[in-house]
Amino acid sequence: MFIKEYFKTIYLTVSSLLKGMKTTGYYFTHQKEIITEQYPEVRPVLAERFKGEVIMPHNEANEHSCTGCQACEIACPNGTIKIVTKNEINAEGKKKKAIDTFVYHLELCTMCNLCVVACPSDAIIMANNYEHSVFDRREFTKVLNNPGSKIMEGIE
Amino acid sequence: MLEELGTNDQGDMIINIGPQHPSTHGVLHLVITLNGETVKKVEPHLGYIHRSIEKMCESLSYRQFIYVTSRMDYLSSHINNHGCALCVEKGLQIEIPARAQVIRVLMDELTRLASHLLWWGALAMDLGAFTPFFYSFREREMINELMEDTCGARLTMNYIVPGGVMMDLHPDFQRKVKEFLRLFKSKIHEYDDLVTGNIIFQNRTKGVGYISREDAISYGCTGPTGRGSGLSCDIRKLYPYEIYDQLQFDEVIETDGDSWARYKVRVGEMMQSMRIIEQLIDNIPEGEFQAKTKAVLKLPKGDFYTRVETARGELGVYIVSEGGSTPYRIKFRSPGFSNLSALDHMSRGGKIGDLMATMGTLDLVIPDIDR
Ligand code: SF4
Ligand code: SF4
Repeated sequence: MFIKEYFKTIYLTVSSLLKGMKTTGYYFTHQKEIITEQYPEVRPVLAERFKGEVIMPHNEANEHSCTGCQACEIACPNGTIKIVTKNEINAEGKKKKAIDTFVYHLELCTMCNLCVVACPSDAIIMANNYEHSVFDRREFTKVLNNPGSKIMEGIE
Repeated sequence: MLEELGTNDQGDMIINIGPQHPSTHGVLHLVITLNGETVKKVEPHLGYIHRSIEKMCESLSYRQFIYVTSRMDYLSSHINNHGCALCVEKGLQIEIPARAQVIRVLMDELTRLASHLLWWGALAMDLGAFTPFFYSFREREMINELMEDTCGARLTMNYIVPGGVMMDLHPDFQRKVKEFLRLFKSKIHEYDDLVTGNIIFQNRTKGVGYISREDAISYGCTGPTGRGSGLSCDIRKLYPYEIYDQLQFDEVIETDGDSWARYKVRVGEMMQSMRIIEQLIDNIPEGEFQAKTKAVLKLPKGDFYTRVETARGELGVYIVSEGGSTPYRIKFRSPGFSNLSALDHMSRGGKIGDLMATMGTLDLVIPDIDR
């Protein structure tokens, strides 16, 4: 009786193993169905919403839409954004607060999207770059507004 | 002489597993007292990945603290976010739009599915079968891509926020979810062939890591660990939140209390999650995805508690507010911590090889335990 059980178990084990091996063998012979990507030779196509880095888009005239209101700085949970403002004299001779430098510390950013949601004038967006490694950590500190850039017309 | 060694306390061997060991899935450190191959005692040592999330939350506003909770149980980050958002909403007493509720439940169930898929592959890998890991990751990748489309992230989403969800669904979401369900269903037989039907796997999990219903209650085991012992503890059924009370799904309960029972509960839960997704995917109501909230959220003075069912069990969020814009104190009741505490009870008297099977079916996520 015991011997019979013993051999039955061996038979069941081997047959269930072979059943599993059949699945493995299927993919061995159907290589087209394998979905592994050969990174970095094959570049992955990322989703458009992928949160990789905060950037500030500029138009052709080197203008952005950031007013320097600092809402993003307040919304950020870990002090990634520092906004330095300056006073500009506008056409009517009035003083107006404007952005001087938008400092962004990539190494602190957790890509939580809170700053993008908080911005009232949609001046910053998330870009989907993902290869962020650099040789010197100073390169992580970025200034998002281009040199010499101005605020777009009509944005308060 | 040998007999003496076996019975003598001094002769027991003490070994360390972890904090960096492939089968502990993270930085868990187990000090195991062994008598030969028999486990006499298991002592988990914690703290290797403690980031003091609860303390950090005290200095963050009610909008900001959500993103940290994605980093507790990173495999069910949506559900962590959900629990916190629910607690804040309870304090603010705001109604969530119907669309946001459905999106939240859909995301929760997709997360549960993804988490159980990862667990399935990792368990098989713990027990020595490497191939299943790739099969489960193939399907999990599809869910991750879905998440990436809508939330922009694969693990730490920060998508469910107080008032609703952060962004609307991606236009392709419904089509892709249906495609995933169709593909996943056509692949389930591979899962059965590879692991569930395997006699070696069954023998290694049946009768291993037993815990009775009473012990599960006294250790505070929840989730599939509790339900594997016959304990009805699904928060979605017992204290329904969002629209769970209008959905048709079963609470999967097994009564054997061993690793095999926990395995069956999780596999059953994957099917139930698919059932929920199928019910909802064609019935996403139109409308707002976020309720109107003030720019600065302030909870009234008092304390608020909510609980949700994560992939591992019951997550409790307890907020004490002094009326300001940051919480006075936040406490998380994480499922992993209580489930881990039962590990010693489950594996005493068993073999050391069985300890891995037991630990695998507890589905521990270490950052969830340490926080
Ligand atoms: S994504 Fe989050 S962490 Fe990064 S800058 Fe914006 S608010 Fe700060
Ligand atoms: S990026 Fe937006 S939120 Fe930040 S300072 Fe500029 S306008 Fe204000």
